Amino acid sequence: MTEPVLSVRDLRVWYGTERGPVRAVDGVSFDVRPGETLGLVGESGCGKSTLGRGVLGLAPTVASVDGEVILNSKGGKGRNLVGLPAKELQKLRGPDLGLIFQEPMTRLNPLMRISQHFEEALHTHHKDLSKNELRERAIEALRGMGIPASRYESYPHEFSGGMRQRIMIALALVLRPAFIVADEPTTALDVLVEAQIIKILADLRKNFDTSLVLITHNLGIVAEACDRVAVMYAGHIVEQGDAREVFANPQHPYTKELLRSTISLSTTGLHFIPGSPPDLVHPPEGCRFSPRCPVAMQGCAKVEPPEVVLPSGVHSVCWQQAIEVDPSMADELGTGGREPLAAVKEISVADEA
Amino acid sequence: MLTKPDTEASGVVALDDRETLVEMQDLEVHFGMRGNVFGRLAGKAAGAVKAVDGVNLKLRKGEVLGLVGESGSGKTTLGRTLLGMNRATGGTIRYRGEDITEFGERKMRPLRRKLQMVFQDPHASLNPAMDIRTAVGHPLRIHNLVSSDAEYDAKVTDALERVGLTPPERYLTKFPGDLSGGQKQRAVLARAIIAEPELLVADEPISMLDMSVRAKILQLMLDLKRDLDLTYVYVTHDLASAKFFCDTIAIMYLGRIVEYGPTAEVFADPKHPYTKALLAAIPEPDPTLAVERELLRGEIPDAAKPPLGCSFHPRCPVALAGCGWEARDLRGLLERRWLELPPAEAGKERALFGDLDALSESGVTSAAVTPGRGHSAEDVLEYLRRLREEASAAEPREPFWRGVITMHAEGGRAVVEFSPSQDPRLNLLPETDVQVACHLYPGSGG
Repeated sequence: MTEPVLSVRDLRVWYGTERGPVRAVDGVSFDVRPGETLGLVGESGCGKSTLGRGVLGLAPTVASVDGEVILNSKGGKGRNLVGLPAKELQKLRGPDLGLIFQEPMTRLNPLMRISQHFEEALHTHHKDLSKNELRERAIEALRGMGIPASRYESYPHEFSGGMRQRIMIALALVLRPAFIVADEPTTALDVLVEAQIIKILADLRKNFDTSLVLITHNLGIVAEACDRVAVMYAGHIVEQGDAREVFANPQHPYTKELLRSTISLSTTGLHFIPGSPPDLVHPPEGCRFSPRCPVAMQGCAKVEPPEVVLPSGVHSVCWQQAIEVDPSMADELGTGGREPLAAVKEISVADEA
Repeated sequence: MLTKPDTEASGVVALDDRETLVEMQDLEVHFGMRGNVFGRLAGKAAGAVKAVDGVNLKLRKGEVLGLVGESGSGKTTLGRTLLGMNRATGGTIRYRGEDITEFGERKMRPLRRKLQMVFQDPHASLNPAMDIRTAVGHPLRIHNLVSSDAEYDAKVTDALERVGLTPPERYLTKFPGDLSGGQKQRAVLARAIIAEPELLVADEPISMLDMSVRAKILQLMLDLKRDLDLTYVYVTHDLASAKFFCDTIAIMYLGRIVEYGPTAEVFADPKHPYTKALLAAIPEPDPTLAVERELLRGEIPDAAKPPLGCSFHPRCPVALAGCGWEARDLRGLLERRWLELPPAEAGKERALFGDLDALSESGVTSAAVTPGRGHSAEDVLEYLRRLREEASAAEPREPFWRGVITMHAEGGRAVVEFSPSQDPRLNLLPETDVQVACHLYPGSGG
């Protein structure tokens, strides 16, 4: 197996607040291999955007970041991005690391022509390129996204939302980064334009050797554009593995519930998860999903579940699967630990999200 | 698992028997554009954006009507006009037989009690400085529906209970900032139902909410409909929720309804190419269902200069000769081609043409192309003929060429003539309850 481009180990991003630290990302590990697209799904507040930013060293200055983010690209040379000086990180952004934002409408400078955006980005990292070479590379990147060269000198407001998002993607790709984070790249867009952007992102791995972390709350997008998927809940990754495998055969109760509550064309009945995601200042003890979990056991609310690798290669963080893999693990739950937890019934509608 | 209550049993037949609540006829909402200073000085009209352009709809009591389309399709404008929040510039809206498009604010206000709206963004539709008691009860004060504070509190409490914000005492003194997104949308719904409305226009009520919350709010809306005998207009771009939620569905494109019929029928056998494209574009969370599909090209066009004939024809994969082909489509075709060619080749082909701007006027059915320097009209024609030749062999067929009648040289310019076109009209398909505006189906012409 090829060496991962990005290897994240036990990453923590905590925000300080008056009430105590918010554990937005709390001990997350994953790998992204060259040319691979990893989908990061979860509901608002589960820490997926914070994780995306944290990986790129873009977590706000008030946050404390701990753990390892090893970047094995040309410029990364196996260094840990956590704790890397800002100046060094700045050099990596562009040629090695890229970010595609959520709202294309607000991310381009309205006073700058498209050409100026590209020239600025290219000039910062390639001082040796001549003006003509800059132009050629920029136009080539735009052409790949379906923006004609005749629009090169236009201003952002002259483009539609979908075109602006394609310009943003071209801008992120023009420096050929080894690793890109796309944070909800289609959320503000229409269905048909969204489908076009997903196709572009899905084609990325064919045309470039770019690795992508695609952050989204739309499970359909992950199923369509990602090789692997990581499901986040309350600052943890609860399940990760091959996208097809996870969607066809979800293991973690949260993944199952999330898939069931998604309204799709095949929906015939409404289903939802009772309760709401926990407060990350005081997360529940044991498994963080246990208060809402339909199959939670007494022990789940006391002891944190271990991560187990299932025969299908899927990683799941749940006592149910842990005991399935190794029955002796049940001992850790203590006596009576496998009795069902009745907490779910007590949640009133009012506590819902 | 909760299943869809009563609406499923009450099919179309049952709906047909119910009284008509709202009827729109040839409804038009055009927004005038201001244009530039010089245009105004010269007294030139800058044109209009036809946000809603000739819509006919009928809403029966107890029906859930879905208005579905992309941004810019006019679905939100249509919903707002129904409540008198936008002025209709033509046509009528009859509410219980009375035309409300002529109503002034004084006559409209008592009616607003009966016609309520739920907006997309729950965070923006509640005043952050108003506690829930004041916000939810606001309609009672505006319409003078209560005589005492005790009655006021009783009604607010009842509304909060109905939307599941229980125990109500816990919420009365809270501010919107204390509530989650789903709870806010519940509060907005409580405010919408407190004055006992008949019709609720819900504009993307769940699109800002998380996946696991969406189902809860939809279920709540179904419960409210059952308990309070409500009629809904559900405005959305999300076909999946519309399929589940609506009895009838109207697919909108650039201010027009292109397909209209019972939801089950429309989804089982979509007729209009646009409906088909929308359905194909929805990402399914089940990878076994995801298939490679042809995506529609381009984006929704500028409503100020809509395409000739059928607005959808520039993007339509199966357009016919009479769908409205015009000079702008030739320009689009060339630009798409040049985008795919290597820059050097594209540049060579581009050089055959002089000024392409002549091709950007709208409604030109006879395009005269000036050849580039050093080229003759015959060169341009030869090039275009070659493109047509190549296109006839390629799959999928490029529909553009169907619309070209002749290409000839005239006065040193290459002239491309297009078929005359007709605007497709909504037309009931035989043996169905579905109306479609598309030339593929007989009877839709002029």
